[in-house]
Amino acid sequence: MTDLSQALAPARPRLAGRLKLALCIFALMAAVPPLAHALGEPFLIVVATRMMVFAIAALSLDLILGYGAMVSFGHAAYLGFGAYAVAVLSRAGIDDLFLHLLAGIAASAVFAALTGAISLRTRGVYFIMITLAFGQMAFFFFVSFSTLGGDDGVALTARSTVLGMPLLQGAQGMFYVTLALLVLVFAGLYRLTLSRFGRVLTGTRESALRMQAIGFRPFPYQLTAYVIAGCLCSIAGVLLANQAIYVSPAYMSWHRSGEMIVMLVLGGIGSLTGAMVGGLVTIALEEGLARYSEHWRLGFGLILVLVALFSPGGLSGLLRRLGLGRDAT
Amino acid sequence: MTAPLLSVQNLSKSYGALKVTQDVSLDVREGRIHAIIGPNGAGKTTLISQLSGQLRPDSGRVVYDGRDITRLDMAGRVRLGLARSFQLTTLLPGFTALENVALAVQAREGSSFRFLRPAATEGALNDQAMACLADVGLADRARSQAGSLSHGEKRQLELAVALATRPRLLLLDEPLAGTGHEEAARLIAMFGGLKDRVTMVLIEHDMNAVFALADTVSVLVYGRIVASGSPAEVRADARVRAAYLGEEAA
Repeated sequence: MTDLSQALAPARPRLAGRLKLALCIFALMAAVPPLAHALGEPFLIVVATRMMVFAIAALSLDLILGYGAMVSFGHAAYLGFGAYAVAVLSRAGIDDLFLHLLAGIAASAVFAALTGAISLRTRGVYFIMITLAFGQMAFFFFVSFSTLGGDDGVALTARSTVLGMPLLQGAQGMFYVTLALLVLVFAGLYRLTLSRFGRVLTGTRESALRMQAIGFRPFPYQLTAYVIAGCLCSIAGVLLANQAIYVSPAYMSWHRSGEMIVMLVLGGIGSLTGAMVGGLVTIALEEGLARYSEHWRLGFGLILVLVALFSPGGLSGLLRRLGLGRDAT
Repeated sequence: MTAPLLSVQNLSKSYGALKVTQDVSLDVREGRIHAIIGPNGAGKTTLISQLSGQLRPDSGRVVYDGRDITRLDMAGRVRLGLARSFQLTTLLPGFTALENVALAVQAREGSSFRFLRPAATEGALNDQAMACLADVGLADRARSQAGSLSHGEKRQLELAVALATRPRLLLLDEPLAGTGHEEAARLIAMFGGLKDRVTMVLIEHDMNAVFALADTVSVLVYGRIVASGSPAEVRADARVRAAYLGEEAA
């Protein structure tokens, strides 16, 4: 069918553009440790690790907020589940990273399935409020968990091990494991958003009425996306706990949830690359501006205002207009 | 005589004191085009919405293919073969024309809980979607974004999406609204061609279209059916002339 191959032609360059930008970012990040050593600033490796951790968190939020139009204001709870999975299991003498990830993901899946099933009965502002409320419930649960340090949090004795090896102990090992997981999460979400499931999710974002009119009931798809996003965010939580060697309820406060939304707006929602850029840049700016002034939030706010005013589509929209990762359409 | 494909029995719905549907009963036979006409505000779209499952009636029954579907939601009715098109298009603006139709094909073919394979590479989805686009004469616009299509093209795409659900009964809510003379003529010819495959309930203001296409015409005034019959009968009905056609003729 010649007209069919014509019809599919524009899809390819468009996708390739987004992928190219992502590959550039991965390559750039991979070069950070040797560069940091060359510059004599090994601290940069730690900063870059944090950047990537939050890029994973932002990516997970983009699935529901960007692709599913579900504005969750409680997404930081899943960072907490991942982080506390590390704290609880390592206290019980289980140090394996995969088990930590598994536990974080399992806890997140249960919490997301229960709270999502209730939250998704609401729309708009009510959805924002109810996810915020569930997020705060999770937050206060860990605040009152005195055996795990309560409000003060708890320091870990060591980082997780990988198959018995202390792969994460050094800053460099921590960095590359985080990068590998970032690549995995991005690749997985990239495939998912193009799949049948992704189409249904995106279609529901554009018009729930239309989806019902062609025979879809949106709820199970939205709930599944909500659970997947929670599980992926817990991966960032596991990494965050390991990076800081410390776990605290502050990871899951509503400020964090808000900050994740800010990352998406800054980077551009609904493109994955935008979320990744947003997560990386937000943490980079935080760390960078904080060096110059304790009032760094003023500067960050200014940048956010400028992006919102002059670059709809966020930083990734800006990059696209400059010719990087351009959409063909 | 065979049982009707769709049987509406004593349907009523009110918004507060306003009775938008009053004791409406009608039968739609398989293979026919049943037009519903009436002045603005007569409750035509509200009636269609109750038939499609978007709105719940207060009382009465909707029986489709011998089955009571009064309490079935829209998605469930679509799966039984009862599809509708909207007066105000509700296409997915960010999707291409082909993707809009492919999604409708996907809805009835296989599970949509597939997470890894890109849907755009599924030949079966694209081939069927392309065939539906060709049916409505929109094949050359397959790769255009739905949001960028002209008004007439959106109407055509709306129809292609509805056809992709493989309906037995198609509810058409003013499919010609806002189209130009040529576009309207093309769409009318298309409905005529579809008649062998799909039963249709048609709401339309364009009387030329109604009298050219319909086998049966029901006239709805203030939520109530005041006349029902062949186009010739309805045209001759004095009450209809008074309530509706008379105004237009004047």
